[in-house]
Amino acid sequence: MIRRFPAFRAIVTREVLRFVHQRERFLAALVRPLVWLLVFAAGFRAALGLSIIPPYETYITYETYITPGLCGMILLFNGMQTSLSLVYDREMGSMRLLLTAPLPRWFLLFSKLCGATFIGILQCYAFLVIAGLFGIDHPPLGYLTILPALILAGLMLGALGLAISSFIKQLENFAGVMNFVIFPMFFLSSALYPLWKMKESSELLYWICAVNPFTHAVELIRFALYVNLSPIALLWTLVAGGLFTALALWGYDPARGMIRKRG
Amino acid sequence: MLTVSDLSFSYGAKQALDGVSFTARPGRFTALLGPNGAGKSTLYALLTRLFTTPTGQITVAGHDLAQAPRQALAAMGVVFQQPTLDLDLTIRQNLSYFAALHGLSGRDAAVRIDAALDRLAIRDRAGEKARALNGGHRRRTELARALIHRPKVLLCDEPTVGLDAQARAAITDHVHDLAEDGLTVLWATHLTDEVRPGDDLLLLHHGRLRAEGRTEELTGGQPLKDWFLSRTDVQVEAGT
Repeated sequence: MIRRFPAFRAIVTREVLRFVHQRERFLAALVRPLVWLLVFAAGFRAALGLSIIPPYETYITYETYITPGLCGMILLFNGMQTSLSLVYDREMGSMRLLLTAPLPRWFLLFSKLCGATFIGILQCYAFLVIAGLFGIDHPPLGYLTILPALILAGLMLGALGLAISSFIKQLENFAGVMNFVIFPMFFLSSALYPLWKMKESSELLYWICAVNPFTHAVELIRFALYVNLSPIALLWTLVAGGLFTALALWGYDPARGMIRKRG
Repeated sequence: MLTVSDLSFSYGAKQALDGVSFTARPGRFTALLGPNGAGKSTLYALLTRLFTTPTGQITVAGHDLAQAPRQALAAMGVVFQQPTLDLDLTIRQNLSYFAALHGLSGRDAAVRIDAALDRLAIRDRAGEKARALNGGHRRRTELARALIHRPKVLLCDEPTVGLDAQARAAITDHVHDLAEDGLTVLWATHLTDEVRPGDDLLLLHHGRLRAEGRTEELTGGQPLKDWFLSRTDVQVEAGT
């Protein structure tokens, strides 16, 4: 019986080392949400009036509103980056090394997913610290209670990336994923505006937002940041995470996986 | 021992392997010779369980790859055609990563990794990034890595691609030595000078096994290159 923990640790460590080596990625991951927070939000705060909705108990600034959404964005980008690196691994051959390890394939993929989620969570915390320096702070306990929410949201979005990677034939097709996954998921969610605002302008868009798993990931994070729990968001995140995981395992199944065509 | 029986595989309508059966024995260097497109890479993908096929059977050191995939994979060392070192990691980190994938860690892994580095005479360079190694050394590192978990069967999929003549000869000699020490070796290639007269030979062409036996007995004194070309119509194809 092959011991699993050393393999798990090695796969996670490799993901972290890889992230640290890619300085541009590290920088971009931090700068992207900060630009949204400090530039976009500053412009929009005057245009958007927010009423008091749970979990908030007082009026809040727009910057405060979008902070959980930007944590979600970090995890979403991170999930897609993972997907990209998996496709890259497959083209380069290191995926073969991983998949020929004498361990169950689901375990190898799950380890990879955990590594990616861990990196996403580090980025979220770095972002929250910097946001705090700019005066956007939260209940101190919220920094702790947000952790399980980040883990679940990170795993769900990572599983989505994993599933997508199993269906992308080549690295070149990746730009399409950005356009058709990241942007619709992000903009058709509660990350930038509350859903009731969306409902005012379009009922249809409201419903799309309401079923978008990313909305629920963001709400899970938002409530957790205020030491609160949204059971509906939790349920949606778990169900979506389960579905994406099943899809990823199906995509990587050796009996029918797409690896067969590309090697 | 590696046993393959009645293995077939097709990509949609295109038959890539058709009823392939052979045995690679311990202590023998078995060369799988075939022109490009013969089905070698498909065979290796099936042998390493990158994907599976419902027809045929593969047994590695007594373990059925379909029934007991983990035991079979644990008994197998693989050198892939594509480079699989992480160039941004150090040589030692690359070897540790692989050892951990096989459940090895701590002192046990360190001892084996040091032994592998000593065999390559690059222990003093273990802290360097893999990127600093030349092509020949990278391949040798991959070979040493494939042996860390002490497999019984070594699969090499055209491991000399892209290497100069000297590095090619060094690796080919090294793997012949490993076979003499008792390892089961399956070595895919399309280069006849990597095969010795005493090696076992499998000729794969258009997805079917065309010849199987001891190289010198199959060729009957004819240079292997001529024999290979005459059996695979490569000359005819090249001339048209």
